[in-house]
Amino acid sequence: MADPAVGVRSRTAPPAGAPAGRRGSQKTQARVVQVAFLVPAVVYLVLFFGYPVVKNVLMGFQAYTTRTFYTGEAPWVGLANYSAVVGNAIFDRTLWNTLFFTVGSIVGQFAIGLAIAVFFHKKFALSGVLRSLILLPWLIPMIAGTAVWRWILDTDNGALNRLLSAVPGLDLHPNWLTSPELALLAVIGVNIWLGIPFNMTILYGGLQEIPEDLYEAGALDGATGWRAFRHITWPMLRPVVTVVLVLGVVYTLKVIDVILGLTNGGPANSTQTISTFSYDMSFRQFDFGQGAALGNILILISLVFAVVYLRINRKAVDE
Amino acid sequence: MARQTARRSVRQAGRRGSTRAGLAALLVLPLALGACGGGGGGTAGGSPDTLRVLDYYNSDPNKTIWGDAIEACGQSVGMEISRESVPGDTLIQKVLQQSSSRTLPDVLMLDNPDVQQIAASGALAPLGDLGVDSSGVADGVLQASTYEGELYALQPVTNTIALFYNRQVLDAAGIAPPTTWDELKTASAQLTQGDQYGFAMSNINTYEGTWQFLPFMWSNGGDEKDIATPQTAEALQLVKDLMTSGSLSQSSVNWSQADVADQFSAGKAAMMINGPWNFGVLDAVDGLDYGIVPLPVPQAGETAVSPFGGEAWTVPQTGDQEKQQKAAELVQCLNSDENEVEISLGTGTVPTKPELSDQVTSQNPKLEAFAAQVPDLRARTGELGPDWPQAATKIYTAVQNALVGGMTPEDALKQAQDG
Repeated sequence: MADPAVGVRSRTAPPAGAPAGRRGSQKTQARVVQVAFLVPAVVYLVLFFGYPVVKNVLMGFQAYTTRTFYTGEAPWVGLANYSAVVGNAIFDRTLWNTLFFTVGSIVGQFAIGLAIAVFFHKKFALSGVLRSLILLPWLIPMIAGTAVWRWILDTDNGALNRLLSAVPGLDLHPNWLTSPELALLAVIGVNIWLGIPFNMTILYGGLQEIPEDLYEAGALDGATGWRAFRHITWPMLRPVVTVVLVLGVVYTLKVIDVILGLTNGGPANSTQTISTFSYDMSFRQFDFGQGAALGNILILISLVFAVVYLRINRKAVDE
Repeated sequence: MARQTARRSVRQAGRRGSTRAGLAALLVLPLALGACGGGGGGTAGGSPDTLRVLDYYNSDPNKTIWGDAIEACGQSVGMEISRESVPGDTLIQKVLQQSSSRTLPDVLMLDNPDVQQIAASGALAPLGDLGVDSSGVADGVLQASTYEGELYALQPVTNTIALFYNRQVLDAAGIAPPTTWDELKTASAQLTQGDQYGFAMSNINTYEGTWQFLPFMWSNGGDEKDIATPQTAEALQLVKDLMTSGSLSQSSVNWSQADVADQFSAGKAAMMINGPWNFGVLDAVDGLDYGIVPLPVPQAGETAVSPFGGEAWTVPQTGDQEKQQKAAELVQCLNSDENEVEISLGTGTVPTKPELSDQVTSQNPKLEAFAAQVPDLRARTGELGPDWPQAATKIYTAVQNALVGGMTPEDALKQAQDG
């Protein structure tokens, strides 16, 4: 809400020797204008982010069921929802799955996204066409994307296993989506595919900001290829990398549609994350209180990363 | 250095101020929104001679056949009909929204396992008070519509699941449709060849998976109040044996019932467990000749106990006594003998009044295996009422843990039961 730039601007020193009184009223007026400009954004944030979050936090402490919708009664139950979800047999599993899913997705998306961005940074024919093709996963509706991936990964008739069986000497029919060992990997794989365009686009933008003459100067000093990447590209790209990673973590933590579309959290809860568990509690078992408690746990985790992001960002501004 | 510190302190001061303003706005807003939510009720009732009907029959044949029946019943009770059909998976959301804004329709259709959940919320009117008569309806069906001793819904037609078999494949192999668990295992193993699995069913981690497992569990004496029993473990062992022997694809843990029907119609499964709502899909396949028999039972001569599907009609508490009375008459009319028969034939379901089943099966023999089960059908919510969703979750979780999670049926059921 508090844009750092506004704070800095308001401090701009008035001309030396100006009368103290006028200085005060000018300051107040400027302040009013600043606040007025902020109002639309603040209203928007409060309406669409503040209210749901506050409501969700409250619901986490209430016995909120189908009954609540009709009677409006949602008795306070203290931490009962939290102890219920944390005590649930699958809670530990969802926590680990959330961790694996997030770390796996981020590492994959980032590494591949960066590789592609660097690749396209060199100018060559058809680069633009190819680049826009890579954006395709972004354009496909998630529900269609996951349906197609379900076909591709099908054990008996899927395209992937048909390809594998065409390899001579390889008799493999992995149960991509139906064995608990592989399902999480498969889901992470599809999520990586979905996340590559985002990573690539942002990182590519960052690469283009790096002045060409740095490379020229580096080349004179013998920094080409990998050394150029290590000593020029990577340090110059760092601020963008931070943004991509932190946003990526926050986005990935709350991913739900990919998992629901591919495995619905199964088999045997092997792809259940905190967000799918929360969805299940609220909209399948109708225990909105416990669903909200899980949602709040997720918000807390995201908050840690949000704080990290703000700290890093502030440092970048101060520098 | 000093410059930076000064800048930071100014910025922090600014931030503190706007934080306070933001907090104040946050505190006021829920009140404002709450006030908005409270109003706006009452008016949605429409004109006094119109009944608002809400259901999820949004595709044919259900859409038209139910639509015609509702219109005709509207005329017979002297009311206009304003009908809304929403997609199936959005109905409960809609009902909850309408509950909180007091804009529930006059007549509401609900999937039968949801009736007690909504009745428990207080949103439905007891039909007994409105003079509705439920005589002739099978006991199991009435149980699903009864919450704390009061009847809250009438369900004109129902369906359940049975064993579909590919007649050509079984005839060619000289195998008769299995009637017991042992026969099912043997036949499935013999019918598993090349690309074709002997048997298919849905073991997905949703209520569909639970619904498909229930006949095995119930027919063997298992009970949803405590699933950690030897009877339920035996039933689960049967499914696990079918899978480990290769007669049932491991993919079944990810198959919905529609996926199972696809496998069957593509010739990738010789037998499957499914319901009559697939007739349309199966009949569209050229050269597919299938038969339907009741589900295999543990020992010869025993009775298959299956859950029943289908939707029930309720009268929400709208506060308008006169309209509620008319709505109850409409629900009663939908449940008349003629309507039960007509709707059954049109939509591939069976009447909930067992004495009417002959009239339906004589015209559509494919429904026999389903109609035969009606007197013994069991309600999913009969024992647990609004607590059913939790039990259903435990059951499909245990099934998946035993089938692919590497647990024994006993351990899987015990872990799920203890939650």
